[in-house]
Amino acid sequence: MANYYIPAHYLLEKIFDFEIINVPLITSKTIELGNKHSPEFVCTPFKYTLGTMIEALDMGANVLIQFGGGCRYGYYSELQEQILKDLGYKFELLNLITAGKANVKQIYKTIKRINKKINIIKCLYYLFITVKMVKYMDKIDDYIRQNIGFEVEKNSFNKLLEKMLEQFKTVNNPIKLYILYKKYLKKFKKLKINKPKNCLKVGVIGELYTLMEPFSNYYLEKELASFNIEIKRFTNVNYLLFKHKATINKALKKSKKYMKYKMCADASSNVYWAKYLGTNKYDGIIHIKSSFCTPEIGVMPILDKVAKDYNIPIIYFSFDANTSEVGIKTRLEAFYDMIEMRRK
Amino acid sequence: MKIGIPKALYYYYFFDKWQYFFEQLNITLVTIDTNKEILERGSVYASSEMCLSLKIFLGHVDYLKDKCDYILIPKIDNFGLNDQMCSNFSCLYDLVNNLFDVKILTYEINHLKKKYEKRGLINIGKQLGFDRKSLLKAYNIACLKYKKKKKELSIINLNKLNSDKKKILIVAHDYNINDSFIGKEIIKNIEKYDLEIIYSHLFNEDYLSYYLSKNLYWKYSKKNVGAIVLCKEKIDGIIFISTFPCGLDSLVNELMMRKIELPYLNLIIDDQDALAGIETRIESFVDIIEQN
Repeated sequence: MANYYIPAHYLLEKIFDFEIINVPLITSKTIELGNKHSPEFVCTPFKYTLGTMIEALDMGANVLIQFGGGCRYGYYSELQEQILKDLGYKFELLNLITAGKANVKQIYKTIKRINKKINIIKCLYYLFITVKMVKYMDKIDDYIRQNIGFEVEKNSFNKLLEKMLEQFKTVNNPIKLYILYKKYLKKFKKLKINKPKNCLKVGVIGELYTLMEPFSNYYLEKELASFNIEIKRFTNVNYLLFKHKATINKALKKSKKYMKYKMCADASSNVYWAKYLGTNKYDGIIHIKSSFCTPEIGVMPILDKVAKDYNIPIIYFSFDANTSEVGIKTRLEAFYDMIEMRRK
Repeated sequence: MKIGIPKALYYYYFFDKWQYFFEQLNITLVTIDTNKEILERGSVYASSEMCLSLKIFLGHVDYLKDKCDYILIPKIDNFGLNDQMCSNFSCLYDLVNNLFDVKILTYEINHLKKKYEKRGLINIGKQLGFDRKSLLKAYNIACLKYKKKKKELSIINLNKLNSDKKKILIVAHDYNINDSFIGKEIIKNIEKYDLEIIYSHLFNEDYLSYYLSKNLYWKYSKKNVGAIVLCKEKIDGIIFISTFPCGLDSLVNELMMRKIELPYLNLIIDDQDALAGIETRIESFVDIIEQN
């Protein structure tokens, strides 16, 4: 998922002394592979992850890790395991979270089974560094998202980001990591931007996988940046790991008018964020989801109402393995024209 | 006083209990069978990707909104960590509250947060002006009656397993198989043939699902899978019925089809009514079973 493979790779490399295979970034071939072997109307992340798994197995992997989570994510692994076994692969699949809750004991057991000589304190130490790394990456990403649309020199942000990630790979203690983070944040702030004071601002909300994997939303954020728009996105790994529960509680308190009960996955957070974007005078909301994502489908009528109450335009994108890129571009352009006209 | 209950989704799990409960309190319940008009009404409010069952639910709410004083919509989240519900069930209340202008009675079932059905129903009764004692009595009687009825049904279903005819198991959610628009039409077609029909939704063998799928954590999918485990050796074929695009069935049914070694038929129903196609598919499936 985006650049998050770097901390994941880092953690696994430090814990196990195996060879870790970096699967190439998702391409249309991956999707084709996943689509071919998936059930008909499963949500799209299933297809993407299955495609990636097949590619990894073809490259010689024999241990796969699936994260799982709430809603349907938690049940992915079992079906994927069966599909891959039917295809004739031999491997072991670890599922870290089922039924929306992590089973710490089970994770410990599986780690022990894979590698008996493991040192738990060392594991926790590197886990701590990885978590910090994710947090810093997310903070930098937030800054980039706000400013990348206004960069003077083309690609300067991306080049610096690549450099930073390269450095992050070699870090060995948290203090060094912090110093690196501060240094690069300064460098990012020094990069020249040409940002007008009242630029267009758009918030991106929706289902987590499609939001965070740039290939699955056809680089929608890049496209937005090319229109000189400031982008606000709430969902990132840091949010999923630590702020999820707190945000939902806050959401239930602050948007009582629209919801009484907690909804599945990120649905209730999305209502709250839509309201936040409305009250803070953003120019538009873009809602992204993979097709057949049940929690988001259930919440869409409520988002409609929020948008109507706060008089903020909202557009829905539903991504499937067969979505055409051109169609999305046209809709996005039309949306951009619309919010620009509203400004005037 | 009249309370309207949309005859979709949770209706089929709780209605018997509610009927006994509100009967004691002299409250009439208003419901209607699903028909084409209901579905059309629902499609107006629903977004295009909602599952057919949810569209029907919205249609019912639209029909009921001016025919009763209240509409009863519980929020059902889970019955424990490993007995969760489809995510549609947890957004029903807020969905209706935002789409329609109706008075809603609601309670939450969330065993992880210690919110149980009993307290919820009693709170509703208090809201309507009854005293706690009569409510408790009504609830206890309702529970007893409901348990008895459930047991009777499952025994009838179990006895069918010993029949000499060819047997098929129908795997579907309660709200699909009992719906007069989706399931009943299909059942009518199957009943034409000389077969013994066994229903997965009448069994209560949740725990058996472990033998086919270890991680499964949806309560009512567990029931279906448990039924498959229970009947596997005695039946000649399985018919899966699901609506388009059902989130749970897309994964669970796919896994079952890969694991069982029996002839099966997978029927997916959407709002385009083309029963003729389904008829021929059932016919050819029955032919396969009879030849085996």
